[in-house]
This record gives sequence, C-alpha cells and structure tokens, in this order.
Amino acid sequence: MATTTHDAGHGAADAAHGSSGMPQLDFSTYGNQIFWLLVTLVVIYLILSRVALPRIAGILNERQGTITNDLAAAEDLKAKAVEAENAYNKALADARSEAQRIVAETRAEIQVGVDEAIAKADAEIAAKAEESEKAIAEIRATALDNVKIVASDTASALVAALGGKDDTDTIAAAVAKRTEV
Amino acid sequence: MEGDLAYIGAGLAGMGTGIAALGVGNVAANFLAGALRNPSAAASQTATLFIGIAFAEALGIFSFLVALLLMFAV
Amino acid sequence: MGKLFFYVALALVLVSGVLFAPETAGLAIHPMDQFTVTPLFGGDHIAWYTPTNVTLWMFFAVVAVFALLVFGSANRGIVPSRAQSVAELAYGFIYKMVEDVAGKDAVKFFPYIITLFMFIVTANFLGLIPMSFTTTSHFAVTGLLAVVVFVAITITGFVLHGVKFLGLFWVSSAPLALRPVLALIEVISYFVRPVSLCIRLAGNVMAGHAVLKVFAGFAGALGAASFLPIFAITAFYALEVLVAFIQAYVFTILTCVYLKDALHPSH
Repeated sequence: MATTTHDAGHGAADAAHGSSGMPQLDFSTYGNQIFWLLVTLVVIYLILSRVALPRIAGILNERQGTITNDLAAAEDLKAKAVEAENAYNKALADARSEAQRIVAETRAEIQVGVDEAIAKADAEIAAKAEESEKAIAEIRATALDNVKIVASDTASALVAALGGKDDTDTIAAAVAKRTEV
Repeated sequence: MEGDLAYIGAGLAGMGTGIAALGVGNVAANFLAGALRNPSAAASQTATLFIGIAFAEALGIFSFLVALLLMFAV
Repeated sequence: MGKLFFYVALALVLVSGVLFAPETAGLAIHPMDQFTVTPLFGGDHIAWYTPTNVTLWMFFAVVAVFALLVFGSANRGIVPSRAQSVAELAYGFIYKMVEDVAGKDAVKFFPYIITLFMFIVTANFLGLIPMSFTTTSHFAVTGLLAVVVFVAITITGFVLHGVKFLGLFWVSSAPLALRPVLALIEVISYFVRPVSLCIRLAGNVMAGHAVLKVFAGFAGALGAASFLPIFAITAFYALEVLVAFIQAYVFTILTCVYLKDALHPSH
C-alpha cells in the first residue's frame, strides 16, 4: 500500500509537471512526430527507389547472369572433357587392337621361321642319323670280318700248336659256322 | 480512492495479456503439431504462422494498453 | 581474449552494485519517462517543426538505412561483402514476401513496402540502444504508418476495381440471409485493421521497453545485490531484439496481405 500511494503520488507529481503519465498520449507532440515521420519516410523512399534498390537489383541480376554464364561454360567444358575422354578411349582401343595385330603378325612370322628351322633341323638330324647308321653298319661289317680273320688265325694257330695239320677250308667253315649269329 | 480503483482495473486488464499468451501458445502449438506431421509443408506456412501469432497477440496488447491507460492516463 | 573480456564484464557487473548504489534504497520505477518527446535545443514548446529527439532518432534511422543499403552495396561485388550480403538479404526477403503473399502484380508496390520495413526495423533496432529514443513506440508514428497503409490500399482497391472492390465485404459463398451480418463484420474488421496495426507495433515496442525499465527500477531497492536485474535485463533484451525484428516483419507481411485483398478482392 505504501508503494501504491508512492506511485500515485509520483503520478500526481507528473501530472503537476505538465505531461500526462503516458508520453504517447500527449497530443501536443503529435504534429511534430507526424511531420518528422513524413520527412523520414520520403527521404528513405527516395534513397531506396533512386539509389539502393536499382543498384541491388542490378547486382543480383549481374550475379545471376554470371552464375548462368559460368554454369553454361562449365557445361561446355564438361562436354569437351567427355569428348576428350571418348577420343582418348577410342585412341586407346585403336592402339590396343593395333598392338594385338602386330603381336599376332609377329607371332605368325616367328612361327613360320621356327617351323622352317625345325623342319630343317629335323631333316639334318635325319640325314645325320642315316649317315651314322650307315657308318655303324660298315663298322659292324668290318668288325665281323675282323672277327672272322682273328678267329681263323687263332684257330689255325691252335691247330698248329696242337700238332694238327693246317686245313684252311675246314677252319674257315667252322669259323663261319660259329660266327653266324 | 478513484486512483486505487484504477489500479485494480489495471491489474484486471493485465490478466488479458496472459490470456492472449494462451492464444499465441495455441497457435504455435498447433503449428508445431501440424509441422511434425507434414514437415515438408511447414516451411511454406511460417508466414501464416506469424500472421496468426500477430493477430492473437494484438488483442493481448490491447489489454496491456488498457492497463497502461488506467495506470497513467486516468 | 573473449573469455577475459567476459570475466572483466562480469566483475564490473558485480562491482557496479556497490559503486552506483543510490543513497537511499527504494523503488524508483519510471517506465514511461523514456518515451518523452523533448526538444533538442532547449525550450519546452514543441511546434510541428521543432527538432526533437524524434527528429534525431529518425535521422539516425535514415543514416542506418543509407549505410546499409547504399554504402553496403557500393562495391557492387559479385562476391558480396558482409554489409552487401545483409543488404541483398533484406532486398530478397521483402521482394519474396511481396511476391509470395501479395502476388506477382504487387511487385510495383515493392519500393513502398521495403521503405516501410526498413524504417520500422531500423527504428526498432536503434531504439534498443541504451539511452536512445524509440520512435516506433509512439502511437503518432505507428498510427501514421498504419493510416498511410490503410488509405493507400483502399485507394488502390477502388482505383483498380471501382465499386467491385466492395465485393470484399460481400461474402458470396455464405448463405444469403447471413450475408448482411457478415458484411457488417467484414466492414468493422476492415476498419479495425489500421488500429490493430498501429497498436500492435507501438504496444509491443512500448511493452518491451517498459519491462526493461521496470527491471532496472528494481535495482534501486536491492542495495549491493542490485546487479541481479542485469541478468534479467540481458535475457529480456535478447527477446526484445527478436520482437523488434518480428514486429517489423509482421507489419510488413500484414501490409502485403491487405494489399492482396486490394488487388484481388474476390472473396
């Protein structure tokens, strides 16, 4: 209650001071406020409509244009990149098939050479083998003859040592008979 | 004595601001409930939310004004 | 660095209760004194042309708008600076609001609407500076804004649609018997619009500032603990920053809604 009376006294003091409690309801200031508000609004409107808004709209449009251009350029560049990649891939595929072709050709050439060499080597080997066989046959034949000579010599020497008479024909026949393998 | 009655009246009028707060809370709560059911539609309706809140709040401000008038102007 | 600053500020807050304590403790709450209109250069008669603190703070609002929207965008950068991006944000915000709420053909009213918005939002924010004067807390100011909007929109409606603009009040989808009653209600609500616009803006701003002053008034009675209301004031100040923006937004968007009614009055 004490504070109430205090406040009421304060209100009375204000009333005595000349202004009502709420400055908002002091109608003597309305003309002043309305005048200055109109001035302010007109000034702000002029600033905005003459300078600020066209400028900001220009900036926004410019940015939109730049972004659109950049996007288009990026699209172009992307298309070019895709193109380049395709060309690269094509070149790569070409090179690969070319390489394969060359490899196949080379392989075929080498194969031919190898085949020839093998055939030649086979022929040589066959010839050598034939010669060797012939030589072996000769050697065998001479070896048989030598065996016969040695055998008949040995036989005649044996017969002589045993005191018999040297009969060449009989010895030869016996040797021939024994050496007939 | 009349001044004291004006203070009582100001207190009663001040209750109006609290009741307006109920209204504002109601608007916001229903908006939130709807927004949680359909979050994709919520963003487009925030302007409506603010308009609704403003209408509900204006009446609370009226009662606040009445309280002020009783306190200072009567 | 920030931490150090925070602790120094906190210490100052705590000490201030001792340093600035009033000689006699007691409630000294004068929440309405901050709204007093006073002449700048002495004298106590206020004529319509007298430069008052209203003039000063409206001038600051003009300076703020000029600094933000003209200086801010002076570089015309493709990559915006901070001030320029705020200016572009404000432009885009209001432009989109006009286009979405009032329709494409309302774009020619865009300069007027952004003038309203920029004035209200800068005046609200400037009013939050301590020791400043809040021009938008006066019914004379917000009332004029609301009346300008109301008259402009009514004239637009009649110029564009003639007598058909009155169809706004004639709800053709309602039963015939109800229509006169609804028309009466619609007419009343139409004429309440400027009142509610005016009271809403001034009332919100005035209420917030008065509450701040009331909290500050508690300090006188708390003695050495008088720093305590500072915390409450800090919290409430944050709310007031929000309210300052939202009320400007609401005023603007309601203007757009009413403008839509004037452009497309079919109910």
